[in-house]
Amino acid sequence: MKYLSEYRDGRVARALVAEIKAAATRRWVLMEVCGGQTHTIVKQGLDEMLGDVIEMVHGPGCPVCVTPLEQIDKALALAARPDVIFTSFGDMLRVPGSDCDLQQIRARGGAVRIVYSPLDALELARKTPDKQVVFFAVGFETTAPANAMAVWRAKELGVDNFSVLVSHVTVPPAMTALLAAPDNRVQGFLAAGHVCTVMGWTEYEPIAAKYKVPIVVTGFEPLDILEGMLLAVRQLEEGRHEVENQYVRSVRRDGNQPAQDLVSRVFELVDRSWRGIGPIPRSGLGLREEFAAFDAEKRFDLAGIHTTEPAECRAGDVLRGVLKPFDCPAFGKACTPEHPLGAPMVSSEGACAAYYNYGRFRSAV
Amino acid sequence: MTTIACPIPAAATDRVQLGHGSGGKMSAALIRDRFLPHFANDVLSQLGDAAVVDIGGQCLAISTDTFVVQPLEFPGGNIGSLAVHGTVNDLAMMGARPQWLAAGFVLEEGLPFDVLDRIVAAMADAARAARVLLVAGDTKVVERGKADGVFINTTGVGLRTPDFGPAPARARPGDAVIVSGPLGCHGIAIMTAREGLAFEAEIVSDSAALTPLVERLRKRVGNAVHALRDPTRGGLASALNEIAAAARIGVVLDETALPIPGPVAAACEMLGFDPLYVANEGVLVAFVPEAQADAAVAALRSHALGRSAVRIGRAVAAHPGMVVMETAIGGTRVVDMLPGDQLPRIC
Repeated sequence: MKYLSEYRDGRVARALVAEIKAAATRRWVLMEVCGGQTHTIVKQGLDEMLGDVIEMVHGPGCPVCVTPLEQIDKALALAARPDVIFTSFGDMLRVPGSDCDLQQIRARGGAVRIVYSPLDALELARKTPDKQVVFFAVGFETTAPANAMAVWRAKELGVDNFSVLVSHVTVPPAMTALLAAPDNRVQGFLAAGHVCTVMGWTEYEPIAAKYKVPIVVTGFEPLDILEGMLLAVRQLEEGRHEVENQYVRSVRRDGNQPAQDLVSRVFELVDRSWRGIGPIPRSGLGLREEFAAFDAEKRFDLAGIHTTEPAECRAGDVLRGVLKPFDCPAFGKACTPEHPLGAPMVSSEGACAAYYNYGRFRSAV
Repeated sequence: MTTIACPIPAAATDRVQLGHGSGGKMSAALIRDRFLPHFANDVLSQLGDAAVVDIGGQCLAISTDTFVVQPLEFPGGNIGSLAVHGTVNDLAMMGARPQWLAAGFVLEEGLPFDVLDRIVAAMADAARAARVLLVAGDTKVVERGKADGVFINTTGVGLRTPDFGPAPARARPGDAVIVSGPLGCHGIAIMTAREGLAFEAEIVSDSAALTPLVERLRKRVGNAVHALRDPTRGGLASALNEIAAAARIGVVLDETALPIPGPVAAACEMLGFDPLYVANEGVLVAFVPEAQADAAVAALRSHALGRSAVRIGRAVAAHPGMVVMETAIGGTRVVDMLPGDQLPRIC
């Protein structure tokens, strides 16, 4: 397929693997930030091909995995209301809340719909004026512009039966939190290409400088990731710590300015809890005061829902890259995609699901 | 000794969810836990595409299937043609020659007659082409809102001779794995029609009766055809997992050999789906010993439906019950059954 098969060429991949091995004089620890990259790595077996020179740790960039339990419980409460049509991206449906998930709410009669775009949810609200349509606005900077657009349009059109349950998070504060942790082992990052398509990479320059880590903005296809690894390894071997851009076909230094403008007009930085990681100051996006009318948490009474993150859950260690999914005692036994114990086993971007779906063969032989 | 358990409770299921209809692990569990304990008998327990019963030297194959597709009409067919093809193919996969069909219709109040007429006409055309007679039928009408336009159940009966008996459990290490045509067309045609998505090239459902392909395989390689399956709901991945489990063999797929049309691959990339799990309605997968594989591919290619038949992998003795794929890039991955429905990804 054009623009995809070129980036999945086995011959070029083998050449890149050889180049990485030739460049590395020791084993380096790299983290890919984004869950989409985790899946490519495990699905294609890249970690296995390079295991002797690179240890990949899988970062917290799975929006489904890091959405806090309290927000999931609020979503479940909203979806169960008879006056609400609850809309969401598909893979939020199976994320376990405190006692059930959205699929089960739907089986019990709740109106839960999968949408591909928040604008579809807005359209649904316009078509069903007698119902309240709530959209679950989760994700990183990648999904923020479209979600901001939906709220912006709702205000412009006066669609007063539309609202959003916001649980947006941003990447740089999470990277900083990981690097500042005393048990950090990560020596270099593959930054999330699609986040940077929106935001550019200027935010990462002070992080690379302060913590002396190479950060390579990287795409999602196998050859993108191999090239990102090569650039990171070269920097480490040469003692450099810069922000480099592998994903040149998509990312510019300043990102997508109109998208950033829209996001900052609708959202502002707020403190946010991350599932499995805990609260990180100014790491999330919340609706600005002038859009408060579209905030589902203000429109509906959700004040009674306070769920504390279970402190002993190992999913947090997986999301911080301290624990490999295979090393979790529950992995593949008590915790499977059919009965996920933690969010990383649910989402197709979650590290545990990636290992379970694609990697079991390797652990078995 | 301390045990570490993730304290987030697993959600318990006390009622039917949509995922139970996906053809994946939840569907298998539904049948295993809710139906088999009540109905278990030697014929049903085979869990083949069709049941095979011996009535004094002659073998009858019996299969039933219910169709609830939305939209009712889609590029390449409608629920009527699909209801014939689905059941005819289930019989053909057991090596039977389909003979008779019975059909039940649940009609929703308000269904326009012109839609119904088109569905019934397509059904009749499909039955004629597959050389089966519709010999019994029933209609029921329910209130508006109690059904989605029309639901159709078809039950088929076919005849099987002792000299040709493909069955999942007969697949053997050393078999070549062959598919008869491009993968993913039906599921993506339905999905794009349902979501109102438009792609440059229209994707048309492959819905068709597979009987002519099975006939050609029978004539060319006969009972060396160890196993046949039409990878419908749950896609190729689920069909291969079922065969691997039934025969206690491993399956190794070659990613570069999979016939996935460009538009299907593009739609799957956009929608966040894996084409290995997308439904087909006019494709079969065959397990044939390596020595007969070329003949089987040639037999399939001699018919228009099988023009792009191709070898996609092999059965092995290692990792029984597990399907793995050698990726284009040189790695390996497990191709498991999905728990429930494929859920589109966030980004």
